[in-house]
Amino acid sequence: MRLLRDARVRGGLIQIALLAAVAGVILWIAHNTSQNLSERGIRTGWDFLDRPARFPISESVLPYDPQDTFLWAYVVGLGNTLWISALAILGATILGLGIGLAGRSANPLLAGLGTGYVTVMRNLPLIVQLLFWYALATAAFPAPRAAWEPLPGVFLTQRGIFLPALPAAQLALAVALGLAAALLLRRWRGTAGVAVFAATLILTRATVEMPELRGFTFTGGIALSPEFAALMLGIILYTAAFVGEIIRGGIDAVARGQWEAGRALGLPDRATLRRIILPQALRVIIPPMTSQYLSTVKNTTLALAVGYPELGLVVNTVINQTGQAIESLLILLGVFLTISLSVSLLMNWYNARMAIVVR
Amino acid sequence: MDYIAARPAPAKSPAPILRILFGDAVAALITVGVIGLIVLMLPVLEWAVFDAVWHGDAAACRAGGACWAYIHDKARLILFGIYPPDQQWRPVIVIGLILAMVMASLSPRFWNARLALLWGGAILVMLVLMKGGVFGMADVPTAKWGGLPVTLLLAVLSLGMGFPLAVLLALGRQSKLPVVKAVSVCVIELVRGLPLIGLLFVAAILLPLLLPSDWTIDKLGRTVAALTVFAAAYLAEVLRGGLQGLGKGQAEAAQALGISYWKMIWHIVLPQAIQKVIPPLTNTAIVMVKNTSLVMIVGVFDMLGAGRAAAGDPAWPAPFTETYLFVAAVYFAICFGISIYARWLERGVKRKSHA
Repeated sequence: MRLLRDARVRGGLIQIALLAAVAGVILWIAHNTSQNLSERGIRTGWDFLDRPARFPISESVLPYDPQDTFLWAYVVGLGNTLWISALAILGATILGLGIGLAGRSANPLLAGLGTGYVTVMRNLPLIVQLLFWYALATAAFPAPRAAWEPLPGVFLTQRGIFLPALPAAQLALAVALGLAAALLLRRWRGTAGVAVFAATLILTRATVEMPELRGFTFTGGIALSPEFAALMLGIILYTAAFVGEIIRGGIDAVARGQWEAGRALGLPDRATLRRIILPQALRVIIPPMTSQYLSTVKNTTLALAVGYPELGLVVNTVINQTGQAIESLLILLGVFLTISLSVSLLMNWYNARMAIVVR
Repeated sequence: MDYIAARPAPAKSPAPILRILFGDAVAALITVGVIGLIVLMLPVLEWAVFDAVWHGDAAACRAGGACWAYIHDKARLILFGIYPPDQQWRPVIVIGLILAMVMASLSPRFWNARLALLWGGAILVMLVLMKGGVFGMADVPTAKWGGLPVTLLLAVLSLGMGFPLAVLLALGRQSKLPVVKAVSVCVIELVRGLPLIGLLFVAAILLPLLLPSDWTIDKLGRTVAALTVFAAAYLAEVLRGGLQGLGKGQAEAAQALGISYWKMIWHIVLPQAIQKVIPPLTNTAIVMVKNTSLVMIVGVFDMLGAGRAAAGDPAWPAPFTETYLFVAAVYFAICFGISIYARWLERGVKRKSHA
């Protein structure tokens, strides 16, 4: 009994008991699983990955053919997940910056719009928003023959959204040259980049390719499927509200004296914001922003609800086709854990570095 | 010696509204832009209000505007799913009970051990009311539960069962014992690193394979399990913030007085730690209410699932847009209501502590 009162002995016993319990649960689950699998005659193993998938993937960034293997189907799904994550994060950051600044605006109309937007978006589940946009894009839009044209060259139809496009090669060249100019000419960074970008396009005589109605659908230009359009719109509008709140919080965290000092120096408010407040707010903004980006990547799995073929949908299809549920779910969980944990580690390293820099 | 009493700073006269709106070129541009945006939204208003069909049947709805007549017709189906209509007074009581309990729990006046017991009792009453089979109430299998009571029950059950788990995980993460700490960190980070859909898939597809074959847990139960684990991990991180914000002196003072570990946690550490994190806890609760909508993907009949089923009725012209707007309005009322109420309570607490 006296031994039990010793904190170190008791601690040791508790830990041994916990370890035993964890091991016991794992063994118990393993035992159940093997019994269930043999009872139901379910095949396990990874050899299905080499077999041809034989199911279609409606759209993908990476090339895909139903004759490709299951492994490649997973890679294609992951590619789509990363692609929509990147686009969603980019779009939400730009829109969110606008919304965060709007919420802090001196203009009551703009401030009201900003806060109202955040309130509505944050109190509605993302999946309801996605389904709403998808319903709008498929049921409310007209057939291609009667397409709506809100802007010249932009067509909204049940079959998707069609946009005018620049030829890919010339666009890539212009972007590369513009970026190079922006990096080299530090003084006029933004202006130089845009000027070189535009000049390249004009000099190479890039012509805008307009979508045209041919038969039952449009050809030419950029075509966005209803699934992709609804997913992007929904996820960007939703995430932007959260990004906006984070940016607004960051601006609020900068001491008032900084604004007053800027004013005392005769800087206009907008210059104070851009040159003094935002750079300091960034330090406060980055940690919550990273976790927001991570949850955006996780949120892309909701694409399942509108039928955009990202990793979650591919996994779901494979389970229905092969019954290899354990392996498929392990892949899904493994991929997301890898993404989350690597970003977390990166963030911890970054925070530790920032902590040294901060006095 | 005479002192001159301190005077309050002179009141700043607010800038005239016209100057705020049209002071310089950029301000004017912003104002015009916002007004333009509002004008662009007018067709939506036309669709939703002026052209809308408020009464009548499916035939009247083919005209173009929003078909609110359909919502009028299907509201019961969306709110209660396929629960037997003559028994629907039972889910109505359950909803009322949940709202009353949530209102009471958010108020610090009721915080004590009895509240936890009360929650246990209330949840039991809710489940009995929904399931029936006793006291002369007809038996309703969980497969027939649906709509708003399922949404609210999922949220309440996952938060209610997740909270004690979260306390253990948060304490484990702060523990000095390395194994306890490692296990807690692993569980928390594992769950937080996964999308909720992944967890729901595991619960719906994998769990029957992992448990003994003679255990039959229905789909609703498995979904609740997944949501509970999810809620616990996120609540644990919120609680960790409260525990870290608590001065070390509190625990040390308790130890100096010879108070045992669990008594110290229960009477000294937890009450103060929780008090510190009420706003983020409320936030997590709202997030969980929103997250319950994902169960639709694994085929549980919550409000969103019931709405989709209702909109699929071929008699009506596929009014999915209206359905989602209606469902969204209900979610908004719940989530926004909770946050307004919590903020109001918080102001009350602050006023009292300053007085």
